[in-house]
Amino acid sequence: MSAVGAVMRRELRSYFVTPVAYLFLVIFLVLSGILTFYAGDFYERGQADLQPFFVMHPWLYLILVPAITMRMWAEEAKSGTLELLLTLPLTLWQAMLGKFLAAWLFIALALMLTFPVWVTVNYLGAPDNDVILVGYLGSWLMAGTFIAIGACMSALTRSQVVAFILTALVCVLLILAGQPQVMDFFHGTLPRQLVNAAAHLSMLRHFQAIARGVLDLRDVLYFLLSMMGWLIAGVLLLDLKRTR
Amino acid sequence: MIETEQLSRRYGKLTAVDALSIRVEPGQVLGLLGPNGAGKSTAMRMIAGFLVPTSGTARVCGHDVGREPLQAKRLLGYLPEGAPSYGEMTVREFLQFIVRMRGLKPEVAYRRFDEVVQRLELEDVLELSIDTLSKGLRRRVGLAQAIVHDPPVLVLDEPTDGLDPNQKHAVRQLIDVMARERTILISTHLLEEVHALCNRVVIIARGRLLADATPAELERRSRYHGAVSFSASGSGMSQEMLGRLPQVAAIEMDPLDGRITVFPKPGERILEPVEMLLRKQGIEVSEIQLERGRLDEVFRQITTGGGDDAMAEVREVRT
Repeated sequence: MSAVGAVMRRELRSYFVTPVAYLFLVIFLVLSGILTFYAGDFYERGQADLQPFFVMHPWLYLILVPAITMRMWAEEAKSGTLELLLTLPLTLWQAMLGKFLAAWLFIALALMLTFPVWVTVNYLGAPDNDVILVGYLGSWLMAGTFIAIGACMSALTRSQVVAFILTALVCVLLILAGQPQVMDFFHGTLPRQLVNAAAHLSMLRHFQAIARGVLDLRDVLYFLLSMMGWLIAGVLLLDLKRTR
Repeated sequence: MIETEQLSRRYGKLTAVDALSIRVEPGQVLGLLGPNGAGKSTAMRMIAGFLVPTSGTARVCGHDVGREPLQAKRLLGYLPEGAPSYGEMTVREFLQFIVRMRGLKPEVAYRRFDEVVQRLELEDVLELSIDTLSKGLRRRVGLAQAIVHDPPVLVLDEPTDGLDPNQKHAVRQLIDVMARERTILISTHLLEEVHALCNRVVIIARGRLLADATPAELERRSRYHGAVSFSASGSGMSQEMLGRLPQVAAIEMDPLDGRITVFPKPGERILEPVEMLLRKQGIEVSEIQLERGRLDEVFRQITTGGGDDAMAEVREVRT
């Protein structure tokens, strides 16, 4: 397990050596603030909760998480360090897990730094802080799924740009899958069961449930299983690279 | 110990490594020689466990790289081609990362860290990020990374590439010192390196093993082996006389500096007769040398089958 820790530490450090981490944090904090207070009708709603804040998160992650994950494997493959890493005594799983955890912890840090929003809402009213905590947890779980998708896509290619675009594409599909507009569009052409099944894969649906403060085990499982699924796919892709 | 059995690797239709079977024992420094694209790096990548062989097996100290990868990797120090490392890290951070990945105990880690830093003369660059280092320094960082856990088996892909002559010398000394109780496989395209480092040479081309011998044995295959070369004034007339010696097969003159090389017939020793003849003729010889054989020529001969052309040249000169 010390190998996972070593990979994670190296990865985290590399975020902060390059400007990526700081850029991410600044953009994330500024955008989440702006979107919450202006686009999200935070004041006009007259409710002391963080709904408008959490609603924006899928869209923020859509742009920002691929920027974090795109270099994860693509850069290693391109610069040749993949060969170095994979000839050290660790399994592909440990390497993948280390990198994933680094990115996930980084998002946790970004979420923690949004505390002024939480302070504001507590200053203005008396929100249910349990609901807010659950909302944060949901947001973090969703971010983990985005990261796992990004990790898989980055393992697929040597090009960071391709990794970015593929990640954003898969994520947007998973966000939109359950939206009424999309469902209505497909109801005409595809069998009803299929469309409904696809809707259950929607990240937004599961996230919104949690963000409202309803911590349903099924929603949590959905995110944990998606993470595992995408990470497994990523490991298989990396393994395939060694064979092909 | 490194063993490969019928190790093969195909990329689509291209066969990069073709049924390669070699065995390197402790104390041996085996030089893997071959033209570019011969499959040296591919073979090393399979031994190091980065690439999966299409067929065949590789073993490190008895551990099958495919079945027991972690055990094999623990015993192995590997310098990949081009010595890749994380450019944004400082040398210290990078080596500490490797030490951590290798799972060295703290007390061992500190000692080994200091040792490799000192051996590879990295003291002055420890706090610099690897991106800013010269090619030679990066190579030394790569070497440090490969030996920091004091592995019994070393696989080094072109360890002296990009180093200046002094650094090359230092690295060769380092490998020499380590060679005594270790198994070392290096790839190179520098033939002088084979002399300086290796006690065994394997030549491959197009993925196939073409020769497996000691450097001396290879030199013996050279047509220069046992030849005598000298520089002399007025050598024009001596050529004819030398050609009449019964042991002499051919004579060549370097068109640039006029140096004459006399080739023996197979199994003949010609240094003495040549010297005697020159003395008898009263020819002033400024310097005379018995050739050991030229590896570059043997290398060309083996890897391209160009030996026939070389012989044709000799015949031309003689007539």
